[in-house]
Amino acid sequence: MAAVSSRRRRPAVTLISFLVVVVILIAIMAFSHTWTPKLGLDLRGGTTITLTAINSTGSGAVDQASLEQARTIIEQRVNSLGVGESSVTTTGNNQIQVSAPNVQGDDLVAMVGQTAQLEFRRVYQMTQATTYPPTQAIELPQVPDSTPVLSVVSTADPLDALPPSGGTITFSFTVTNAGSGSADSLSLTSSDFTGTGTLSDITCPQTSIAAGAQVVCTATYTVTDADVTTGSVTATVTATGVGSDGTTTATSQASLVTVPTASDQASRLTQLTTELGWTPSDQDNTNFSDFQCNDSMPQVWDQPFFACTRADVSTSSGSYKYLLGPRLIEGNLVTTASAGIPQNQLSWVVTLSFNSMGGALFASATDTLSTATSPTNQFAIVLDGKVISAPVVNERIPDGSAQISGSFTQETATNLANVLKYGSLPLSFEMSNVDTVSATLGGDQLTAGLIAGAIGLLLVVIYSIIYYRGLTVLVFTSLVMAGLVTYSLIVLLGASMNFALSLPGLAGAIVAIGVTADSFVIFFERVRDEAREGRSIRTAVETGWQKARRTIVVADAVSLLSAVILFILSIGTIKGFAFTLGLTTLVDLIMIFFFTKPLMSLLVKTTFFGTGRRGSGFEAEHLGIAATRRPRPRGLATAKEA
Amino acid sequence: MSDTQVLEPTPATPAKPKRVSFAHRLWTGEISYNFVGHSRWFYMISAVLILVSIVSLLVRGLDLGIEFRGGSNFTVSVANVTSTTLDDFRTAVIDSGVPNLDVTVATIGSGRVSIETRALDVDEQITVREAIAEKAGTTAEKVDYQQIGASWGKQVTRQAAIALVVFLILVAFLMGIYFRDWKMALSALVALLHDMIITVGIYALVGFTVTPATLTGLLTILGYSLYDTVVVFDKVRENTANLDEYKSTYAEAANHSVNQVLVRSINTTVIGVLPVAAILFAGAFILGSGPLEDIGLALFVGMIIGAYSSIFIATPLLTHLRMGEPGMQQQAMRVAKRREKLAKAEAAVKAAPAEPVFTIETTSTSSGESFTRQQPVKTARSKRVKSS
Repeated sequence: MAAVSSRRRRPAVTLISFLVVVVILIAIMAFSHTWTPKLGLDLRGGTTITLTAINSTGSGAVDQASLEQARTIIEQRVNSLGVGESSVTTTGNNQIQVSAPNVQGDDLVAMVGQTAQLEFRRVYQMTQATTYPPTQAIELPQVPDSTPVLSVVSTADPLDALPPSGGTITFSFTVTNAGSGSADSLSLTSSDFTGTGTLSDITCPQTSIAAGAQVVCTATYTVTDADVTTGSVTATVTATGVGSDGTTTATSQASLVTVPTASDQASRLTQLTTELGWTPSDQDNTNFSDFQCNDSMPQVWDQPFFACTRADVSTSSGSYKYLLGPRLIEGNLVTTASAGIPQNQLSWVVTLSFNSMGGALFASATDTLSTATSPTNQFAIVLDGKVISAPVVNERIPDGSAQISGSFTQETATNLANVLKYGSLPLSFEMSNVDTVSATLGGDQLTAGLIAGAIGLLLVVIYSIIYYRGLTVLVFTSLVMAGLVTYSLIVLLGASMNFALSLPGLAGAIVAIGVTADSFVIFFERVRDEAREGRSIRTAVETGWQKARRTIVVADAVSLLSAVILFILSIGTIKGFAFTLGLTTLVDLIMIFFFTKPLMSLLVKTTFFGTGRRGSGFEAEHLGIAATRRPRPRGLATAKEA
Repeated sequence: MSDTQVLEPTPATPAKPKRVSFAHRLWTGEISYNFVGHSRWFYMISAVLILVSIVSLLVRGLDLGIEFRGGSNFTVSVANVTSTTLDDFRTAVIDSGVPNLDVTVATIGSGRVSIETRALDVDEQITVREAIAEKAGTTAEKVDYQQIGASWGKQVTRQAAIALVVFLILVAFLMGIYFRDWKMALSALVALLHDMIITVGIYALVGFTVTPATLTGLLTILGYSLYDTVVVFDKVRENTANLDEYKSTYAEAANHSVNQVLVRSINTTVIGVLPVAAILFAGAFILGSGPLEDIGLALFVGMIIGAYSSIFIATPLLTHLRMGEPGMQQQAMRVAKRREKLAKAEAAVKAAPAEPVFTIETTSTSSGESFTRQQPVKTARSKRVKSS
């Protein structure tokens, strides 16, 4: 009996510990002044947009770094709308979810859906709070010592127009050794030649280039009918040389020559000349001085544009306001860009290259800018209406390959390289799901959810009164406690982890009323089984619990398993359903172990429950014990119901 | 099933007071429904249901919601819906000037109108939304709007399929570990598939709309269906753990287990279904459509079928699997022989003073022997008969 009494002392302790934890939960809510859960947009109105990334190859996994890059760009766009509480998150491995409460969805949809605009514009004026010298310059790539460095500049004759079929194009590749050592065994190989005919071998007058010297190699090509239809012929070559030390210090560089149809490049160059000749009018200057960084201004390619340094860039190099000319070069002409620390140097640089059209435009533009006075010798790199960088041009950059240096950190250099490389979003997106819920419908859905919860709880309580009578006290207090714990967890998770309760989430919590009550049914029925065996009710509670426990744990484990799988694998607001279902299943497990069972142990100590009085739910005739009152053969416990 | 596996209700005991509860009589075996013995009927019913499900799935197919088809959906509150309301909205939307809209108009609940069109781009959507707002006499931001891209449905379906496969594998694993008996795990999984197929079949047959919320409901049913089966199998395992060599066959013990947990199964199912019914009610009658209704309906249908299958399908199936074992058949034969002997002995003493052959006893020492609890009385009696 000593063992029994010590076992019976425990329930009170367990119960009190549990209540202390509940009080702590409530105290945390009181402390942080958050009494209501964070509601999802379907319960308070707002717009949710789900974008699905499509890989450039059309299939396969989406690069996570690119997805994050895209998320950042989209977040900056959404923030520019000035919407409070908006969030941009990646979900799954290929989706970005944008949600903004109480927003007229159209602006958001338009803003999120557009592809980013990357442009190079000339700087005409720049103002700032404190005078900063421009800290970045654009120049030829820096060359480390003692090794040959080869670069190839390609051109063609004719360059601007494709000759008729049967005509000849002569490609010239000027190989420059910008390194400090000579390059031997020079060879040029063609790759990715787009012509339908065959390019002749590339011939060079010599196979060795001294440091700082140049060699012009040539190849010829005869135009075919198919080329005329295509409209262009592009040659890409790679130059390889061996360093004078005999070891293979080979450096190669690819270059691109396109012979487009006459209209394309020539007209673009003519247009560029016009744009370079543009000067701001007095009106432009007046408008510019009135312009505030937060003002919005349409970004039209042939019109001047006012812009400020993007917030994340300005922290490192100061904030400027720029008066920019018309667009000189569009961002999609950039082929590659990368950030790195060149050999024998200490600071970060960003290297970029243009395709042939971009290279030609860039050469022409840098030619003009390098001779101009500050600040008109600056290029502004503009992304989505914000200036990312505005490097000074010191020289003509002829071959479409340039390097931006000065006051970069790894982060800012990588950021700029990404901006240049992707021009627009790094991935293309499909707008998979746009969901706009008005505040009215949100309120209705919340009400309906709460009504459903109230009805559900009421029905369960009524059923348990009919079937379990006095034990309903236990069912009801347990459900109320479970509700309290779940509610405070949802409130606290909302505050700490930004968990928002959605309509499916509410449904999950209501379904969980059933899950929780089911555990009680299993427990109670087990206790009744034990009592039918002839045990006293007090003993039946203990032995019944031993047996019910296993069933309850495994049943909850299955429930939890399905919730976890649903949470990991489902998309959209359905996640909320899985989350609350899983959370409440956990709460149910904790409840039955630390609240319901100890409370039951305490209740059967009372005469009312312990002796199975009428209405207690343990009455003999309800259990069927009355018919078979017999002394238990092993007589460990006296039958109380006798 | 052979006749020896039929567990008949024990003869009525005149001494029994009438107020003993139904649950108790089920539990002692006084009332016993022959679930296992009549399994052929239940298999047949389920086979027909599954056949109907598959046929309606193939012939009628599922009514997929806009989430799977792609398109734009607008909903707006309308003060009073009249017979011309739908046509008015259709005309208003078509007159907005956006081409090839492919409009479908329907009412939701009492005061809302839903307009579905093909997937619209931003400008088209603004135009249509304005037109609807004007017709409804409200502003554009009061018009709820949902747009689903073409690939969304595929993604949802793919994720649900992955979830289903992962769940089934993990559950098979978990059940295998828990019951340490692949036959129990297999029976539970067959019951699970049974529930899935019939629930989907009902959706196809009735033409309920399938949305991502429906899929979620379906996947949640899996957990519920197993919950019931676990409860029944737990009792079966307990009752067959020390299967008496001569007194009852596995089939009888399993059937008795089902009877014993019948009340518990009904209770857990009713209590589980009540909140789901509340969700379904709120979704269907207060909101008229949406995730509440979809989840509620899928759970409602699935939970009822899940309760049915755990009693009528899972346990009989398990019994058949176990009765196929040579050891079990031998045991069944021994039981049969023993009963034959008892019957002969009984016939021999027909002249002896009439006493009830069976008395319901509830005094066995532990629930582990609950089914065999009646046996001591029977055994004692037969011994006495033999010795005389």
